[in-house]
Amino acid sequence: MRYKDYYEVMGVPRTASQDDIKRAYRKLARKYHPDVSKEKDAEEKFKELQEAHEVLKDPEKRAAYDQLGADWRQGQDFRPPPDWGKGFEFSRGRGGEAPGEFSDFFSELFGGRSPFAEARGAGRASRGFAAAGQDHVARVEIDLEDAFRGGTRTIELRSPEMTPDGHVIVKPRTLRVSIPAGVSEGQQIRLAGQGSPGIGGGPPGDLLLELSFRPHPRFKAEGRDVTLTLPVAPWEAALGETVAVPTLGGSVDMKLPVGARAGQKLRLRGRGLPGNPSGDQFVLLKIVLPPDSPQARQLFEQMKREVPFNPRADLGS
Amino acid sequence: MSTIDRILEGEMLDESVWLGIGEFCAYLRVDRTWVIELVDAGVLEPRGPSPDTWSFPARALPRARATERLVNDLGVNLAAVALILDLIEQRRQLERRLEELERLFER
Repeated sequence: MRYKDYYEVMGVPRTASQDDIKRAYRKLARKYHPDVSKEKDAEEKFKELQEAHEVLKDPEKRAAYDQLGADWRQGQDFRPPPDWGKGFEFSRGRGGEAPGEFSDFFSELFGGRSPFAEARGAGRASRGFAAAGQDHVARVEIDLEDAFRGGTRTIELRSPEMTPDGHVIVKPRTLRVSIPAGVSEGQQIRLAGQGSPGIGGGPPGDLLLELSFRPHPRFKAEGRDVTLTLPVAPWEAALGETVAVPTLGGSVDMKLPVGARAGQKLRLRGRGLPGNPSGDQFVLLKIVLPPDSPQARQLFEQMKREVPFNPRADLGS
Repeated sequence: MSTIDRILEGEMLDESVWLGIGEFCAYLRVDRTWVIELVDAGVLEPRGPSPDTWSFPARALPRARATERLVNDLGVNLAAVALILDLIEQRRQLERRLEELERLFER
């Protein structure tokens, strides 16, 4: 297992006060909270931060962690000392709040099997405690094509589970889920009974999948509508030509209006994601000049001479 | 143990699904009073005049879950959550618009 330098994760010195730790947590939580953050790997970083905070905010855990010494480096190969946890008085019910979500390092030192959690786990099991399993929410990215056509998607999950003796372990789980055609971003799929198993005979929780779309090189989806930026030649725009437009269901022909402008948005009704009603496809026009060539120059020269046009008339020049 | 061989079909919660307050609470496993607080703070906007007749779009479920996370993780109050979520939505729309414009002008 790898050593976790919780002080490094929180960006505080080992001498930081509990107030410093609280402030550092708040600051980094604002930066990496997955609901707010635009940072890359925000979810991963936020989990690390929560784990570090879970230990450092608790004076007992922090003291135990500090006893490992200051010579360990982040990521270094690590085995807990054989006398780990000895000499500390543990408060009941102070096990990790979500040990299953945290690293092996945390689980080993502070999680289900550690002296820090023993009191809590054993107490639950022996009193014949029964409770419904936890619901899990997983964000799942799918391709726009899958949303259009429907299909099955394989999902890998790491789910914390409570063993009969009250320990929490993390089990990898693979599920195949049917994605119906016409799902849209933000839509949820509820899989009853696929959350954590219940405790002491309680019913299992549910698994909720929140769907989002992987960025697509061509299309951008908003609800069931999709937008495509379509490059057109100046003469196609000027003359109102019919051009081929890619859609999720294949190419269709679209007639441009005469004198179409760059940035103009045209609608192909019902060509978005299927549904009741189906979404539309919006086509955003982008006017592209032909590459430089003697012929093109000659024709532009001719337009310059023969077409009276001042694009800067509104600027008074 | 793997359930890979079975293809699971879930219940689809799309924009056509509206939930009464009881059902909405059951999906979130929260008390009614928490949902009423979210409505009072403007985080959720149900249809209907009183809590007993309120209905919520299934689309509001992630918003309610995000609220719980933000309150627990950042220590902000509900009025601030409503503001944060609205600003996130505005940012999302602006990013979308910006991306559209960038595509127009790239190359």
